Amino acid sequence: MAKKKKNKKKSIKEVKGQLGKKKETAREKMIGQTIGYRYDVNLLPDYKKLTPFLKKYIEHMGWDDLNWLEDVHMGYEEDRPAVFDRNANGWVTIPKKIKLPDNQQDRDMIARELLVKFQMSPNHPLVDLKKAYLKF
Amino acid sequence: MANLKTAEKKTKAQSMGMHTEVLTGKTQQKFFNPDEAENFFYWGTHDVDFNKRTELDVKDLDCKQANEKIDILMSEGYGTIVIKNPQGKHSLGVGILNKLNLIFEGSLGYFGVGAIDGPIVTVKGRVGWSCAENMMAGKVVIEKNAGSCFGAAIRGGDLICKGSVGARTGIDQKGGSIIVGGDAGAFTGFMMQRGRIVILGDVGINLGDSMYDGTIYVGGKIGSFGSDAVESPITKSDIDWLTRKLKVAEIGSNVDLSKMTKVVAGKKLWNYDALEPTERKGAI
Repeated sequence: MAKKKKNKKKSIKEVKGQLGKKKETAREKMIGQTIGYRYDVNLLPDYKKLTPFLKKYIEHMGWDDLNWLEDVHMGYEEDRPAVFDRNANGWVTIPKKIKLPDNQQDRDMIARELLVKFQMSPNHPLVDLKKAYLKF
Repeated sequence: MANLKTAEKKTKAQSMGMHTEVLTGKTQQKFFNPDEAENFFYWGTHDVDFNKRTELDVKDLDCKQANEKIDILMSEGYGTIVIKNPQGKHSLGVGILNKLNLIFEGSLGYFGVGAIDGPIVTVKGRVGWSCAENMMAGKVVIEKNAGSCFGAAIRGGDLICKGSVGARTGIDQKGGSIIVGGDAGAFTGFMMQRGRIVILGDVGINLGDSMYDGTIYVGGKIGSFGSDAVESPITKSDIDWLTRKLKVAEIGSNVDLSKMTKVVAGKKLWNYDALEPTERKGAI
């Protein structure tokens, strides 16, 4: 007697709107990167999720909140999580060894922390440009 | 004939010889190094101390001399600088890329505190056109009124005017928050792409004209809506954000936030993806 095949339901979680996990559009596939405004640019940060580094950064700058970092979110570049660096006008890819949480708010906080560290680094691409073109 | 056959395969733009580049997408992808040291200021800028305070009288200085003097003071570690007698000079306090507490005891002319990235600025008078244009981060507080193009093309930070502002406030805004305690002129939020504008008073005609994204909150009357600007219901997260931001701005504590009008893009202008590059040029 032939065994009946069980139709197992696939247990793949669909994560709506979660960056790095959402299905990209045909246009995004073609150009190989996120089209910035396709995710919720108006997603407001959850201040309970602030990392110790970000708390220290806000205190150091003398601001009352995340300030410009409110507009920073975790996107993706070629299926890998990435954050857009407006100073370099390019995507900064998150290394594979950094394990990212599923929650978008937590991911955004990590994106903000990594971006600040990258921008303030002497290895940032703008440093070479500044050395070459700084006028005063 | 052969040329015609080839031309058929090409897009309209390519056959016109106006589009030869290959759209490969990725431009400047960088990889983050997690071993970066903690550092809170850009390379080439200054790590200053807020408790180290000084005054600078700019009465007899032109804007270039005054800005150079501010830079020298920052390089000496001064974190609080009080500018005396700005006398409406143009382009004062521009291009400051580190943390700083900058206080102007008077009014500024055109393009004051433009392209700043980090400082907290207080202007105890008025400001002219395009105050804080291209601001990247920080907080700017104007105690009195501001001219046209307030916060033109700002990308981040909090820009606050406790009085009223002129026309085209937040034109081409790409991020950050603009908060106005009084009224705003025509074309507020013109072509804004991202970020938030809060007007506690009335606004003029064509509010949010051709806005691509972002949010505008208005407490008073609206002259008229611009092309593709539509009203949207105000949510709890909007009220939470407004409560927090108005506290930061130290204005509007008595405003009933639930009665504010929220304006967003109707997204009917979101049709650039379907256009050829040459057509896109014309559309913009």
